Amino acid sequence: MYHSDILKNMAKNKIAILSAMILICLVIICIFAPFLTPYDPNKQALNDRLLAPSMTHLWGTDQYGRDILTRCIYGCRISLSVGIISQLIATFIGYFLGVAAGYFGEIVDDIISFIIQVFSSFPFLLFAMALMYALGAGKVNLYLSLGFLSWAATARLIRSKVMEIKNQEYIQACKIDGGSNLRIILKHLLPNCIPMLIVSITLGIPNAILSEASLSYLGLGIPVPTASWGNMIAESQQFIRSNTYYSLFPGLCIIVTVMAFNMFGDGLRDALDPKLHSQKGGL
Amino acid sequence: MTKKAMSEVLLKVSNLKKYYNSGSLFQKKKTLKALDGVSFELHRGETLGIVGESGCGKSTLAKSIIRLIEPTAGEIILGDKDFRKLSGQNLKEARKHIKMIFQDPYSSLNPRMTVNEIIGEPLDIAKAYKDVEERNKKIENTMETVGLDLSWKNRFPHEFSGGQRQRIGIAKAIILNPDIVICDEPVSALDVSIQAKIINLLLRLQRELNISYIFISHDLSVVRHIADRVMVMYGGKVVEEGITEDIFSNPKDDYTKTLLESIPYII
Repeated sequence: MYHSDILKNMAKNKIAILSAMILICLVIICIFAPFLTPYDPNKQALNDRLLAPSMTHLWGTDQYGRDILTRCIYGCRISLSVGIISQLIATFIGYFLGVAAGYFGEIVDDIISFIIQVFSSFPFLLFAMALMYALGAGKVNLYLSLGFLSWAATARLIRSKVMEIKNQEYIQACKIDGGSNLRIILKHLLPNCIPMLIVSITLGIPNAILSEASLSYLGLGIPVPTASWGNMIAESQQFIRSNTYYSLFPGLCIIVTVMAFNMFGDGLRDALDPKLHSQKGGL
Repeated sequence: MTKKAMSEVLLKVSNLKKYYNSGSLFQKKKTLKALDGVSFELHRGETLGIVGESGCGKSTLAKSIIRLIEPTAGEIILGDKDFRKLSGQNLKEARKHIKMIFQDPYSSLNPRMTVNEIIGEPLDIAKAYKDVEERNKKIENTMETVGLDLSWKNRFPHEFSGGQRQRIGIAKAIILNPDIVICDEPVSALDVSIQAKIINLLLRLQRELNISYIFISHDLSVVRHIADRVMVMYGGKVVEEGITEDIFSNPKDDYTKTLLESIPYII
Protein backbone atom coordinates (compact mmCIF):
# COMPACT_ATOMS: atom_id res chain seq x y z
CA MET A 1 0.00 0.00 0.00
CA TYR A 2 3.00 2.29 0.17
CA HIS A 3 4.78 4.16 -2.54
CA SER A 4 7.69 1.78 -3.10
CA ASP A 5 5.33 -1.22 -3.20
CA ILE A 6 3.10 0.53 -5.70
CA LEU A 7 6.04 1.23 -8.02
CA LYS A 8 7.23 -2.35 -7.64
CA ASN A 9 3.82 -3.74 -8.49
CA MET A 10 3.56 -1.35 -11.39
CA ALA A 11 6.96 -2.38 -12.79
CA LYS A 12 5.79 -5.99 -13.03
CA ASN A 13 2.95 -5.06 -15.36
CA LYS A 14 4.56 -4.55 -18.78
CA ILE A 15 1.38 -3.43 -20.54
CA ALA A 16 0.84 -0.72 -17.92
CA ILE A 17 4.43 0.48 -18.32
CA LEU A 18 4.03 0.61 -22.09
CA SER A 19 0.76 2.53 -21.66
CA ALA A 20 2.41 4.93 -19.27
CA MET A 21 5.15 5.56 -21.83
CA ILE A 22 2.57 6.21 -24.56
CA LEU A 23 0.74 8.63 -22.28
CA ILE A 24 3.93 10.48 -21.38
CA CYS A 25 4.74 10.79 -25.12
CA LEU A 26 1.25 12.13 -25.80
CA VAL A 27 1.57 14.72 -23.06
CA ILE A 28 4.96 15.85 -24.41
CA ILE A 29 3.53 16.03 -27.94
CA CYS A 30 0.62 18.15 -26.68
CA ILE A 31 2.86 20.55 -24.80
CA PHE A 32 5.37 21.02 -27.62
CA ALA A 33 2.89 20.84 -30.49
CA PRO A 34 3.92 24.13 -32.22
CA PHE A 35 7.58 23.03 -32.29
CA LEU A 36 6.89 19.55 -33.64
CA THR A 37 5.14 20.50 -36.83
CA PRO A 38 5.89 23.16 -39.44
CA TYR A 39 2.20 23.53 -40.42
CA ASP A 40 -0.61 25.60 -38.99
CA PRO A 41 -3.53 23.29 -38.07
CA ASN A 42 -6.18 25.65 -39.43
CA LYS A 43 -4.48 27.29 -42.41
CA GLN A 44 -6.04 26.19 -45.67
CA ALA A 45 -3.90 25.36 -48.70
CA LEU A 46 -6.37 24.62 -51.44
CA ASN A 47 -3.70 23.46 -53.91
CA ASP A 48 -2.78 20.57 -51.58
CA ARG A 49 -6.26 19.11 -51.09
CA LEU A 50 -6.66 15.44 -50.15
CA LEU A 51 -3.03 14.45 -50.70
CA ALA A 52 -1.99 10.90 -49.89
CA PRO A 53 0.64 10.40 -47.16
CA SER A 54 4.06 11.49 -48.39
CA MET A 55 7.34 12.84 -46.99
CA THR A 56 6.01 16.44 -46.88
CA HIS A 57 2.66 15.46 -45.39
CA LEU A 58 3.30 12.28 -43.37
CA TRP A 59 -0.40 11.51 -42.81
CA GLY A 60 -1.63 13.30 -45.94
CA THR A 61 -3.92 16.36 -46.11
CA ASP A 62 -7.66 16.96 -45.79
CA GLN A 63 -10.18 18.54 -48.13
CA TYR A 64 -8.86 22.05 -47.36
CA GLY A 65 -5.22 21.08 -47.73
CA ARG A 66 -4.52 21.08 -43.99
CA ASP A 67 -1.91 18.63 -42.71
CA ILE A 68 -3.71 15.72 -40.99
CA LEU A 69 -0.81 14.89 -38.66
CA THR A 70 -0.71 18.50 -37.46
CA ARG A 71 -4.45 18.49 -36.89
CA CYS A 72 -4.23 15.20 -35.02
CA ILE A 73 -1.50 16.64 -32.79
CA TYR A 74 -3.60 19.71 -31.99
CA GLY A 75 -6.63 17.44 -31.57
CA CYS A 76 -4.67 15.56 -28.95
CA ARG A 77 -4.47 18.76 -26.92
CA ILE A 78 -8.25 19.00 -26.99
CA SER A 79 -8.81 15.35 -26.15
CA LEU A 80 -6.37 15.23 -23.24
CA SER A 81 -7.49 18.54 -21.79
CA VAL A 82 -11.17 17.58 -22.03
CA GLY A 83 -10.42 14.17 -20.51
CA ILE A 84 -8.31 15.44 -17.63
CA ILE A 85 -10.19 18.63 -16.74
CA SER A 86 -13.65 17.11 -16.97
CA GLN A 87 -12.53 14.20 -14.77
CA LEU A 88 -10.99 16.55 -12.23
CA ILE A 89 -14.31 18.38 -12.03
CA ALA A 90 -16.18 15.08 -11.79
CA THR A 91 -13.83 13.82 -9.07
CA PHE A 92 -14.18 17.01 -7.07
CA ILE A 93 -17.98 16.84 -7.14
CA GLY A 94 -17.95 13.07 -6.67
CA TYR A 95 -15.60 13.14 -3.69
CA PHE A 96 -17.48 15.75 -1.73
CA LEU A 97 -20.95 14.37 -2.45
CA GLY A 98 -19.72 10.82 -1.79
CA VAL A 99 -18.13 11.84 1.48
CA ALA A 100 -21.20 13.80 2.53
CA ALA A 101 -23.43 10.80 1.82
CA GLY A 102 -21.15 8.27 3.49
CA TYR A 103 -20.07 10.38 6.43
CA PHE A 104 -23.26 12.14 7.48
CA GLY A 105 -25.61 9.30 6.52
CA GLU A 106 -29.33 9.45 7.23
CA ILE A 107 -31.27 12.07 5.26
CA VAL A 108 -28.17 13.50 3.54
CA ASP A 109 -27.30 10.01 2.33
CA ASP A 110 -30.87 9.38 1.13
CA ILE A 111 -30.91 12.57 -0.92
CA ILE A 112 -27.45 12.16 -2.44
CA SER A 113 -28.00 8.47 -3.15
CA PHE A 114 -31.20 9.36 -4.96
CA ILE A 115 -29.35 11.93 -7.09
CA ILE A 116 -26.66 9.35 -7.84
CA GLN A 117 -29.36 6.91 -8.97
CA VAL A 118 -30.92 9.54 -11.23
CA PHE A 119 -27.59 10.48 -12.78
CA SER A 120 -26.52 6.92 -13.39
CA SER A 121 -29.84 5.81 -14.86
CA PHE A 122 -29.83 8.47 -17.58
CA PRO A 123 -28.28 7.49 -20.91
CA PHE A 124 -24.99 9.35 -20.70
CA LEU A 125 -24.54 10.50 -24.28
CA LEU A 126 -28.14 11.65 -24.60
CA PHE A 127 -27.82 13.69 -21.43
CA ALA A 128 -24.50 15.13 -22.65
CA MET A 129 -26.02 16.03 -26.02
CA ALA A 130 -28.93 17.80 -24.39
CA LEU A 131 -26.63 19.70 -22.07
CA MET A 132 -24.22 20.70 -24.85
CA TYR A 133 -27.17 21.76 -26.99
CA ALA A 134 -28.37 23.97 -24.16
CA LEU A 135 -24.94 25.40 -23.33
CA GLY A 136 -23.68 25.64 -26.89
CA ALA A 137 -20.62 23.95 -28.43
CA GLY A 138 -17.21 24.91 -27.04
CA LYS A 139 -14.27 23.68 -25.03
CA VAL A 140 -15.19 25.10 -21.62
CA ASN A 141 -18.76 23.89 -21.93
CA LEU A 142 -17.41 20.43 -22.74
CA TYR A 143 -15.28 20.41 -19.58
CA LEU A 144 -18.24 21.47 -17.50
CA SER A 145 -20.89 19.23 -18.95
CA LEU A 146 -18.77 16.07 -19.09
CA GLY A 147 -17.53 16.79 -15.56
CA PHE A 148 -21.03 17.48 -14.33
CA LEU A 149 -22.36 14.26 -15.84
CA SER A 150 -19.72 11.76 -14.78
CA TRP A 151 -19.34 12.25 -11.02
CA ALA A 152 -21.91 9.65 -10.03
CA ALA A 153 -19.62 6.61 -10.25
CA THR A 154 -16.92 8.33 -8.18
CA ALA A 155 -19.45 9.45 -5.60
CA ARG A 156 -20.81 5.92 -5.23
CA LEU A 157 -17.29 4.51 -4.84
CA ILE A 158 -16.28 7.11 -2.26
CA ARG A 159 -19.55 6.75 -0.36
CA SER A 160 -18.99 3.05 0.25
CA LYS A 161 -15.33 3.55 1.15
CA VAL A 162 -16.21 6.28 3.64
CA MET A 163 -18.95 4.18 5.19
CA GLU A 164 -16.34 1.47 5.65
CA ILE A 165 -13.75 3.69 7.36
CA LYS A 166 -15.85 6.24 9.23
CA ASN A 167 -16.31 3.91 12.19
CA GLN A 168 -12.62 3.22 12.53
CA GLU A 169 -11.35 4.19 15.94
CA TYR A 170 -8.95 6.82 14.65
CA ILE A 171 -11.91 8.81 13.34
CA GLN A 172 -13.60 8.48 16.74
CA ALA A 173 -10.37 9.55 18.40
CA CYS A 174 -10.33 12.67 16.25
CA LYS A 175 -13.91 13.43 17.32
CA ILE A 176 -12.97 12.96 20.96
CA ASP A 177 -10.15 15.47 20.51
CA GLY A 178 -12.77 17.90 19.22
CA GLY A 179 -11.75 17.70 15.56
CA SER A 180 -14.25 19.30 13.17
CA ASN A 181 -16.02 17.37 10.44
CA LEU A 182 -14.00 19.28 7.86
CA ARG A 183 -10.80 18.14 9.52
CA ILE A 184 -11.95 14.52 9.47
CA ILE A 185 -13.02 14.79 5.83
CA LEU A 186 -9.77 16.39 4.65
CA LYS A 187 -7.16 14.90 6.98
CA HIS A 188 -8.45 11.40 7.59
CA LEU A 189 -10.87 10.43 4.85
CA LEU A 190 -9.19 12.10 1.86
CA PRO A 191 -5.75 10.44 2.22
CA ASN A 192 -7.49 7.08 2.50
CA CYS A 193 -9.50 7.77 -0.65
CA ILE A 194 -6.68 9.14 -2.80
CA PRO A 195 -5.62 5.84 -4.40
CA MET A 196 -9.26 5.25 -5.35
CA LEU A 197 -9.60 8.76 -6.73
CA ILE A 198 -6.48 8.38 -8.88
CA VAL A 199 -7.80 5.16 -10.35
CA SER A 200 -11.24 6.60 -10.99
CA ILE A 201 -9.73 9.65 -12.71
CA THR A 202 -7.50 7.47 -14.90
CA LEU A 203 -10.35 5.18 -15.86
CA GLY A 204 -12.75 8.09 -16.35
CA ILE A 205 -10.50 9.97 -18.80
CA PRO A 206 -10.92 7.50 -21.71
CA ASN A 207 -14.70 7.69 -21.35
CA ALA A 208 -14.55 11.48 -21.42
CA ILE A 209 -12.29 11.38 -24.49
CA LEU A 210 -14.72 9.07 -26.27
CA SER A 211 -17.65 11.29 -25.30
CA GLU A 212 -15.81 14.36 -26.56
CA ALA A 213 -15.14 12.57 -29.87
CA SER A 214 -18.79 11.50 -30.14
CA LEU A 215 -20.10 14.97 -29.32
CA SER A 216 -17.66 16.64 -31.73
CA TYR A 217 -18.64 14.09 -34.38
CA LEU A 218 -22.23 15.15 -33.87
CA GLY A 219 -21.24 18.81 -34.07
CA LEU A 220 -22.03 19.49 -30.42
CA GLY A 221 -18.51 19.38 -29.04
CA ILE A 222 -15.63 21.39 -30.42
CA PRO A 223 -16.80 23.84 -33.14
CA VAL A 224 -15.50 23.05 -36.60
CA PRO A 225 -12.37 25.02 -37.52
CA THR A 226 -10.63 23.86 -34.35
CA ALA A 227 -9.20 20.38 -34.81
CA SER A 228 -10.59 17.60 -32.66
CA TRP A 229 -10.42 13.90 -33.41
CA GLY A 230 -14.21 13.67 -33.34
CA ASN A 231 -14.93 16.45 -35.81
CA MET A 232 -12.06 15.28 -38.06
CA ILE A 233 -13.77 11.90 -38.36
CA ALA A 234 -17.08 13.66 -39.05
CA GLU A 235 -15.49 15.70 -41.82
CA SER A 236 -13.65 12.72 -43.27
CA GLN A 237 -16.61 10.42 -43.69
CA GLN A 238 -17.61 11.70 -47.11
CA PHE A 239 -14.11 10.82 -48.36
CA ILE A 240 -13.98 7.42 -46.69
CA ARG A 241 -13.96 5.52 -50.03
CA SER A 242 -11.40 7.63 -51.86
CA ASN A 243 -9.14 8.72 -48.97
CA THR A 244 -9.45 6.06 -46.28
CA TYR A 245 -6.36 7.24 -44.36
CA TYR A 246 -8.09 10.57 -43.69
CA SER A 247 -10.54 8.94 -41.30
CA LEU A 248 -8.11 6.20 -40.32
CA PHE A 249 -5.55 8.40 -38.55
CA PRO A 250 -7.84 10.34 -36.17
CA GLY A 251 -9.58 7.03 -35.43
CA LEU A 252 -6.25 5.39 -34.62
CA CYS A 253 -5.37 8.32 -32.36
CA ILE A 254 -8.58 7.80 -30.38
CA ILE A 255 -8.04 4.05 -30.11
CA VAL A 256 -4.41 4.33 -28.99
CA THR A 257 -5.11 7.05 -26.42
CA VAL A 258 -8.19 5.39 -24.97
CA MET A 259 -6.48 1.99 -24.84
CA ALA A 260 -3.42 3.49 -23.16
CA PHE A 261 -5.52 5.18 -20.47
CA ASN A 262 -7.57 2.05 -19.86
CA MET A 263 -4.54 -0.23 -19.63
CA PHE A 264 -2.69 2.23 -17.43
CA GLY A 265 -5.72 2.64 -15.17
CA ASP A 266 -6.12 -1.12 -14.85
CA GLY A 267 -2.44 -1.50 -14.03
CA LEU A 268 -2.66 1.28 -11.47
CA ARG A 269 -5.67 -0.32 -9.83
CA ASP A 270 -3.90 -3.67 -9.63
CA ALA A 271 -0.79 -2.01 -8.22
CA LEU A 272 -2.76 -0.13 -5.58
CA ASP A 273 -4.87 -3.07 -4.55
CA PRO A 274 -2.88 -6.25 -5.18
CA LYS A 275 -5.31 -8.43 -3.21
CA LEU A 276 -8.26 -7.59 -5.40
CA HIS A 277 -6.81 -8.64 -8.72
CA SER A 278 -3.92 -10.94 -7.86
CA GLN A 279 -5.62 -13.97 -9.41
CA LYS A 280 -5.58 -12.29 -12.80
CA GLY A 281 -1.86 -11.49 -12.80
CA GLY A 282 -0.37 -8.97 -15.19
CA LEU A 283 -1.76 -9.18 -18.69
CA MET B 1 -7.78 4.51 49.49
CA THR B 2 -9.41 6.71 52.08
CA LYS B 3 -7.14 9.52 50.99
CA LYS B 4 -8.44 9.19 47.46
CA ALA B 5 -12.03 9.11 48.63
CA MET B 6 -11.41 12.47 50.21
CA SER B 7 -9.83 14.03 47.16
CA GLU B 8 -11.45 16.21 44.54
CA VAL B 9 -14.26 14.78 42.42
CA LEU B 10 -13.32 15.13 38.74
CA LEU B 11 -16.24 13.46 37.09
CA LYS B 12 -19.72 12.90 38.40
CA VAL B 13 -22.09 10.86 36.30
CA SER B 14 -25.66 10.61 37.46
CA ASN B 15 -28.50 8.54 36.13
CA LEU B 16 -26.98 8.17 32.67
CA LYS B 17 -29.29 6.47 30.19
CA LYS B 18 -28.91 5.39 26.58
CA TYR B 19 -31.89 3.77 24.88
CA TYR B 20 -31.95 2.45 21.35
CA ASN B 21 -35.29 2.22 19.59
CA SER B 22 -35.72 -0.46 16.99
CA GLY B 23 -38.55 -1.87 14.92
CA SER B 24 -39.89 -0.37 11.73
CA LEU B 25 -43.28 1.07 10.86
CA PHE B 26 -45.26 -2.17 11.06
CA GLN B 27 -43.37 -3.86 13.85
CA LYS B 28 -43.87 -3.45 17.53
CA LYS B 29 -41.46 -0.83 18.85
CA LYS B 30 -38.69 -2.31 20.93
CA THR B 31 -36.43 -0.35 23.23
CA LEU B 32 -32.98 -1.63 24.02
CA LYS B 33 -31.71 -0.20 27.27
CA ALA B 34 -27.95 -0.15 26.73
CA LEU B 35 -27.47 2.06 29.78
CA ASP B 36 -30.18 2.24 32.37
CA GLY B 37 -29.47 4.78 35.04
CA VAL B 38 -25.73 4.57 35.68
CA SER B 39 -24.28 6.83 38.38
CA PHE B 40 -20.75 7.09 39.76
CA GLU B 41 -18.05 9.48 40.81
CA LEU B 42 -14.41 9.60 39.78
CA HIS B 43 -11.77 11.20 42.03
CA ARG B 44 -8.47 12.71 41.06
CA GLY B 45 -5.69 10.18 40.63
CA GLU B 46 -7.78 7.06 41.13
CA THR B 47 -8.58 4.19 38.82
CA LEU B 48 -12.15 3.06 38.48
CA GLY B 49 -12.43 -0.39 36.96
CA ILE B 50 -15.60 -1.27 35.08
CA VAL B 51 -16.22 -4.97 34.60
CA GLY B 52 -19.01 -7.03 33.16
CA GLU B 53 -19.79 -9.50 30.40
CA SER B 54 -19.91 -8.60 26.71
CA GLY B 55 -22.91 -6.45 25.88
CA CYS B 56 -23.46 -5.21 29.42
CA GLY B 57 -22.97 -1.60 28.36
CA LYS B 58 -19.35 -1.00 29.32
CA SER B 59 -18.29 0.44 25.99
CA THR B 60 -21.56 2.33 25.57
CA LEU B 61 -20.88 3.92 28.94
CA ALA B 62 -17.38 4.94 27.88
CA LYS B 63 -18.61 6.41 24.60
CA SER B 64 -21.51 8.19 26.30
CA ILE B 65 -19.28 9.79 28.92
CA ILE B 66 -17.05 11.20 26.21
CA ARG B 67 -20.07 12.12 24.04
CA LEU B 68 -19.06 9.96 21.14
CA ILE B 69 -22.65 8.82 21.30
CA GLU B 70 -25.24 11.17 22.74
CA PRO B 71 -26.83 9.74 25.90
CA THR B 72 -30.64 9.71 26.09
CA ALA B 73 -30.76 11.20 29.57
CA GLY B 74 -28.60 11.88 32.59
CA GLU B 75 -25.95 14.26 33.76
CA ILE B 76 -22.18 14.29 33.24
CA ILE B 77 -20.44 16.84 35.43
CA LEU B 78 -16.83 17.27 34.36
CA GLY B 79 -14.95 19.47 36.84
CA ASP B 80 -17.57 22.12 37.47
CA LYS B 81 -19.23 22.07 34.06
CA ASP B 82 -22.16 20.12 32.73
CA PHE B 83 -20.38 18.31 29.91
CA ARG B 84 -23.60 17.43 28.07
CA LYS B 85 -24.66 21.07 27.76
CA LEU B 86 -21.35 22.35 26.38
CA SER B 87 -20.91 23.24 22.74
CA GLY B 88 -18.52 25.04 20.43
CA GLN B 89 -15.37 26.43 21.99
CA ASN B 90 -16.35 25.41 25.55
CA LEU B 91 -16.79 21.81 24.45
CA LYS B 92 -13.43 21.88 22.67
CA GLU B 93 -11.82 23.25 25.82
CA ALA B 94 -13.43 20.59 28.00
CA ARG B 95 -12.37 17.84 25.61
CA LYS B 96 -8.74 18.62 26.40
CA HIS B 97 -9.27 17.17 29.87
CA ILE B 98 -10.83 13.85 28.93
CA LYS B 99 -9.20 11.42 26.51
CA MET B 100 -9.56 7.83 25.48
CA ILE B 101 -7.33 4.85 24.75
CA PHE B 102 -8.86 2.33 22.39
CA GLN B 103 -8.95 -1.43 22.33
CA ASP B 104 -7.67 -2.16 18.86
CA PRO B 105 -4.22 -0.67 18.24
CA TYR B 106 -4.66 -1.43 14.54
CA SER B 107 -7.77 0.58 13.77
CA SER B 108 -7.08 3.37 16.25
CA LEU B 109 -4.20 4.84 14.23
CA ASN B 110 -4.69 6.28 10.77
CA PRO B 111 -2.55 4.07 8.46
CA ARG B 112 -1.69 7.04 6.24
CA MET B 113 -0.31 9.34 8.92
CA THR B 114 3.15 9.32 10.44
CA VAL B 115 3.72 8.87 14.17
CA ASN B 116 4.55 12.55 14.38
CA GLU B 117 1.24 13.55 12.79
CA ILE B 118 -0.76 11.06 14.88
CA ILE B 119 0.65 12.11 18.24
CA GLY B 120 0.53 15.78 17.28
CA GLU B 121 -3.10 15.77 16.18
CA PRO B 122 -4.63 16.64 19.59
CA LEU B 123 -2.15 19.53 19.77
CA ASP B 124 -3.18 20.73 16.33
CA ILE B 125 -6.89 20.59 17.16
CA ALA B 126 -6.47 22.29 20.52
CA LYS B 127 -3.96 24.76 19.00
CA ALA B 128 -1.84 24.11 22.08
CA TYR B 129 1.47 25.46 20.77
CA LYS B 130 2.93 28.71 19.56
CA ASP B 131 5.39 27.49 16.95
CA VAL B 132 6.60 24.32 15.29
CA GLU B 133 9.48 24.06 17.72
CA GLU B 134 7.20 23.91 20.72
CA ARG B 135 5.04 21.34 18.98
CA ASN B 136 8.05 19.14 18.21
CA LYS B 137 9.31 19.47 21.74
CA LYS B 138 5.97 18.39 23.20
CA ILE B 139 5.75 15.44 20.85
CA GLU B 140 9.30 14.34 21.62
CA ASN B 141 8.78 14.65 25.37
CA THR B 142 5.62 12.59 25.20
CA MET B 143 7.27 9.95 23.02
CA GLU B 144 10.05 9.62 25.58
CA THR B 145 7.56 9.41 28.43
CA VAL B 146 5.75 6.44 26.88
CA GLY B 147 8.96 4.74 25.77
CA LEU B 148 8.97 5.35 22.05
CA ASP B 149 12.23 5.86 20.18
CA LEU B 150 12.49 9.39 18.74
CA SER B 151 13.88 8.05 15.47
CA TRP B 152 10.46 6.51 14.79
CA LYS B 153 8.80 9.89 14.35
CA ASN B 154 8.41 9.70 10.61
CA ARG B 155 7.35 6.09 10.39
CA PHE B 156 3.89 4.81 9.60
CA PRO B 157 1.80 2.71 12.01
CA HIS B 158 2.11 -0.47 9.94
CA GLU B 159 5.81 -0.58 10.77
CA PHE B 160 5.11 -1.18 14.48
CA SER B 161 4.07 -4.10 16.68
CA GLY B 162 0.80 -4.11 18.61
CA GLY B 163 2.44 -3.02 21.84
CA GLN B 164 4.32 -0.16 20.19
CA ARG B 165 1.14 0.94 18.48
CA GLN B 166 -0.66 1.00 21.80
CA ARG B 167 2.15 3.19 23.14
CA ILE B 168 1.52 5.60 20.26
CA GLY B 169 -2.18 5.59 21.21
CA ILE B 170 -1.28 6.33 24.83
CA ALA B 171 1.11 9.12 23.80
CA LYS B 172 -1.69 10.67 21.80
CA ALA B 173 -4.06 10.43 24.76
CA ILE B 174 -1.74 12.02 27.31
CA ILE B 175 -0.04 14.73 25.24
CA LEU B 176 -2.44 17.45 26.45
CA ASN B 177 -2.05 16.39 30.11
CA PRO B 178 -5.66 15.30 30.55
CA ASP B 179 -7.25 14.76 33.95
CA ILE B 180 -9.18 11.70 32.90
CA VAL B 181 -8.28 8.93 30.48
CA ILE B 182 -10.88 6.35 29.57
CA CYS B 183 -9.20 3.04 28.74
CA ASP B 184 -11.58 0.86 26.72
CA GLU B 185 -10.07 -2.63 26.94
CA PRO B 186 -6.61 -1.20 26.28
CA VAL B 187 -4.71 -4.47 26.62
CA SER B 188 -7.13 -7.18 25.56
CA ALA B 189 -5.86 -7.18 21.96
CA LEU B 190 -2.22 -7.62 23.06
CA ASP B 191 -0.01 -10.59 23.96
CA VAL B 192 0.13 -11.38 27.66
CA SER B 193 3.79 -10.37 27.97
CA ILE B 194 3.06 -7.03 26.32
CA GLN B 195 -0.07 -6.55 28.45
CA ALA B 196 2.02 -6.36 31.62
CA LYS B 197 4.32 -3.74 30.10
CA ILE B 198 1.42 -1.55 28.98
CA ILE B 199 -0.31 -1.89 32.38
CA ASN B 200 2.91 -0.86 34.12
CA LEU B 201 3.25 2.08 31.74
CA LEU B 202 -0.29 3.19 32.59
CA LEU B 203 0.44 2.91 36.31
CA ARG B 204 3.67 4.90 35.95
CA LEU B 205 1.91 7.62 33.98
CA GLN B 206 -0.78 7.80 36.66
CA ARG B 207 1.85 8.36 39.34
CA GLU B 208 3.77 10.94 37.30
CA LEU B 209 0.88 12.89 35.81
CA ASN B 210 -1.83 12.29 38.42
CA ILE B 211 -4.32 11.00 35.85
CA SER B 212 -7.61 9.33 36.74
CA TYR B 213 -8.45 6.24 34.74
CA ILE B 214 -11.75 4.71 33.90
CA PHE B 215 -10.51 1.24 33.09
CA ILE B 216 -12.91 -0.97 31.19
CA SER B 217 -12.05 -4.62 30.90
CA HIS B 218 -13.51 -8.09 30.92
CA ASP B 219 -10.21 -9.41 32.26
CA LEU B 220 -10.82 -9.46 36.00
CA SER B 221 -7.25 -10.15 37.02
CA VAL B 222 -6.04 -7.07 35.14
CA VAL B 223 -8.72 -4.95 36.81
CA ARG B 224 -7.81 -6.33 40.23
CA HIS B 225 -4.23 -5.32 39.59
CA ILE B 226 -4.85 -1.77 38.37
CA ALA B 227 -8.13 -0.51 39.85
CA ASP B 228 -8.71 1.26 43.17
CA ARG B 229 -12.44 0.87 42.93
CA VAL B 230 -14.53 -1.47 40.81
CA MET B 231 -17.97 -1.11 39.32
CA VAL B 232 -19.74 -4.26 38.16
CA MET B 233 -22.25 -3.82 35.35
CA TYR B 234 -24.97 -6.13 34.13
CA GLY B 235 -27.65 -5.36 31.53
CA GLY B 236 -26.92 -1.64 31.46
CA LYS B 237 -27.11 -1.27 35.24
CA VAL B 238 -24.53 -1.05 37.98
CA VAL B 239 -25.06 -4.09 40.21
CA GLU B 240 -22.25 -3.47 42.65
CA GLU B 241 -19.63 -0.87 43.33
CA GLY B 242 -16.86 -0.66 45.89
CA ILE B 243 -13.19 -0.81 46.74
CA THR B 244 -11.45 -3.42 44.60
CA GLU B 245 -10.32 -5.76 47.37
CA ASP B 246 -13.74 -5.72 49.02
CA ILE B 247 -15.47 -6.66 45.80
CA PHE B 248 -13.01 -9.38 44.94
CA SER B 249 -12.81 -10.92 48.41
CA ASN B 250 -16.35 -10.33 49.58
CA PRO B 251 -18.82 -9.87 46.72
CA LYS B 252 -22.37 -9.10 47.80
CA ASP B 253 -24.33 -9.36 44.58
CA ASP B 254 -25.14 -12.74 43.03
CA TYR B 255 -24.02 -11.67 39.59
CA THR B 256 -20.67 -10.47 40.94
CA LYS B 257 -20.21 -13.83 42.61
CA THR B 258 -20.88 -15.66 39.34
CA LEU B 259 -18.53 -13.35 37.51
CA LEU B 260 -15.74 -13.89 40.02
CA GLU B 261 -16.24 -17.65 39.95
CA SER B 262 -15.54 -17.53 36.24
CA ILE B 263 -11.90 -16.52 36.81
CA PRO B 264 -9.83 -19.59 35.97
CA TYR B 265 -7.62 -20.80 38.80
CA ILE B 266 -4.20 -22.27 38.36
CA ILE B 267 -3.68 -24.83 41.09
